Amino acid sequence: MVDSIEKLIQYSQSLRKPNIRDEIVTQIYQTTRSICQDSVIYPKTETNRSEKLDQILTSPIWGFPIMFAMLGVVIYLTIWGANVPSEALANLFGIGENYLTAAFQALGAPSWLHGLLVLGLYRGTSWVVSVMLPPMAIFFPMFALLENFGYLPRVAFNMDRLFKSSGAHGKQALTMAMGFGCNAAAIISTRIIESPRERMLAILTNNFVPCNGRWPTLILLASLFMAAGFATGVQSIVTTLVVMGIVLLGIMVTLLVSWILSKTALKGIPTRYTLELPPYRQPKFLNTIFRATVDKSLFVLKRAIIVAAPAGLITWILANIMIGEQSILQHITLFLDPFGKALGLDGFILMAFILGLPANEIVMPILLMGYLATGAMTEVDNMVELKKIFVDHGWTWLTALNMMLFSLLHYPCGTTIFTIYKETKSVKWTILSAVIPTAIAITVTFITAHVVRGLGLV
Amino acid sequence: MVADSKGAFPLCDAQIGDSVRITQLCIEGAMRLRLLDLGFIPGAIIKVLQKSPLGDPMAFRVSQTTIALRKEESSQILVEKLGDE
Amino acid sequence: MRHYRIALAGNPNTGKSTLFNELTGLRQHTGNWPGKTVLHAEGSFSYQGNSYTLIDLPGTYSLFSNSADEEVARDYIIFEKPDATIVVLDATSLERNMNLALQVLEMTEQVIICINLMDEARKIGIQIDEKKIASRLGVPVIKMAARNGEGIDLLLKTLHQLVTGKISPQPLTIQYSKEIEEKIDELIPHIQNLIGNSYPTRWIALRLLDGDESFVQLLKEKYSKGKLQFNPIRFPSKHAN
Repeated sequence: MVDSIEKLIQYSQSLRKPNIRDEIVTQIYQTTRSICQDSVIYPKTETNRSEKLDQILTSPIWGFPIMFAMLGVVIYLTIWGANVPSEALANLFGIGENYLTAAFQALGAPSWLHGLLVLGLYRGTSWVVSVMLPPMAIFFPMFALLENFGYLPRVAFNMDRLFKSSGAHGKQALTMAMGFGCNAAAIISTRIIESPRERMLAILTNNFVPCNGRWPTLILLASLFMAAGFATGVQSIVTTLVVMGIVLLGIMVTLLVSWILSKTALKGIPTRYTLELPPYRQPKFLNTIFRATVDKSLFVLKRAIIVAAPAGLITWILANIMIGEQSILQHITLFLDPFGKALGLDGFILMAFILGLPANEIVMPILLMGYLATGAMTEVDNMVELKKIFVDHGWTWLTALNMMLFSLLHYPCGTTIFTIYKETKSVKWTILSAVIPTAIAITVTFITAHVVRGLGLV
Repeated sequence: MVADSKGAFPLCDAQIGDSVRITQLCIEGAMRLRLLDLGFIPGAIIKVLQKSPLGDPMAFRVSQTTIALRKEESSQILVEKLGDE
Repeated sequence: MRHYRIALAGNPNTGKSTLFNELTGLRQHTGNWPGKTVLHAEGSFSYQGNSYTLIDLPGTYSLFSNSADEEVARDYIIFEKPDATIVVLDATSLERNMNLALQVLEMTEQVIICINLMDEARKIGIQIDEKKIASRLGVPVIKMAARNGEGIDLLLKTLHQLVTGKISPQPLTIQYSKEIEEKIDELIPHIQNLIGNSYPTRWIALRLLDGDESFVQLLKEKYSKGKLQFNPIRFPSKHAN
């Protein structure tokens, strides 16, 4: 008598036979096949459109060049397209600042209030908007078009072997692609990787993909310091190549760190997996562009402003409260300066990265506010003056390069770290996810600075 | 993987453009179940579509979808060749 | 006014998120790569005076508990018993997609099949006779292109009819080999004896025979905690008629 659940399970076990699942699945397949044969008419053509496209997009010869070309085109169009609107926005905000200043004067407001609200809050916020909005409004829609077209799985297909040999999961390519948008969102997307070991690899290394908060920094520095010597026409191309180089370096670091972790703390062999290459679909252009611009760009921008506005305030306060002869800001930057210099950076840059922990978007504005608070310049409305601020503070191309490297490699932003904790529920791995990149960032910039200086290149 | 007497060979050794019929899955566990779900069932006809630029994985057309498998998996799926079209 | 819970199932990358967005007005992230829905979204909408909660189950190739995602989807359909389950299929690869539909039909009869991405299918010359499919499967089948809004109205109307009992599905039962069928028949009375008819007994018998460890464990747990509804009185409608 089967009168308990245990007995039912025992009884059913006695009825089992090996590979009964094969039979079940096969029967299901045969049923669907017979239904489909009756009711679906397929076109006669041997190869379909997607397969033909795959023969090009994942071909042994063209697969990789096309992938790099697409990356290059996306970055180039972002840089090239963002130039003019960025400058226009900056001008617009500059005019707004003049009116605000006039209004403050007319009302007889005290100068500290003007400094706090206009030079701190307003200027900080307007920097973020004018530097970030145009590239994001170009980058996100282009990326969304590629995503909706179905190109991302092909990237995973092309690069799978690299990930396999570094002990990582092939789907890590997909989570990395998400990282170009936002690392925190990408950490959540690592849920598509089932094996806990490989998922942890994907989480720990995701930060080496520059997110939208870091694109503007990379683009700005590359165009000011790397491309400046070239003719106007090719400057955007040079900037693109530099930024691409940084992205490729990030990918190499990802693979290397994955490989090292696979041999040490996260030992193991890659788990088995299957990758579906869905048919290419023609994206709905306007819809995709609209969604990407409105949902993503504005969302990210809102977050940036929410963080940037108080950061602007704090920076201004730090720069204007004096202890002895110097402001708090100067005390901090002087303290950090020797270490910064050893990394080819300076105290201001390190301070900007530290205060920029909540969001990478605000690192550059904080840095500029720091420089402006101590320098003579009060208004910046074009690239020449912008570069002058940096150069006045002793920047060379090495400083720019190392800031780019540090930006690429350093600890993830606060939101991402918090997300990592939520996803891993492990303090140890959360700490490591910040410590590993930071250690790499310090090592790489230290070596770069000493090699470049040792060779007398700056 | 040793080919059996009927001329079956591992799927990974099939040529691009070949159409083959699956004779046997030599994988156990979760991967076997996943492959079954995707249509890699004995008797199914598979078309070899593409190799990754780096040589592995390979993409196959199975029940009107494109699935890529690493060599570890495709070497454990035994197939026989269908006549050239 | 009544409230209904509707589950949304389907293979990865069939436009499930797009349909979800169309129905609920929410903005789940959409993109053309498998597995991109990582957060299980819930949204709501109302139609003809009734309100609906739509639960976007993870996109899966099957419901055989080969992965955590598949277990989530399976457990929801079996134990949470949604008022209806919409299965979204990709019109361009119907053959593979329909397996999932057949698996869902083994679990519940309250099913609507949506053949999505019809715009893509037409473009490559695939013709689908949804009436024939519906007559074979015994449940409503709707062709749609969710991203263009095509078929949404019909889906809502059909959903309304299904949850209000105006349509009574007669889902197809997959016939297995004689040997398996005999074993199923042997198990079913025992299952009914233990947990009644509130759960799909044939499906449970199959899982027991299949040795689906995760499901067997869960069943044991729920049973010993008294969490299974024992309901010997309610029989499926086709027996009552």
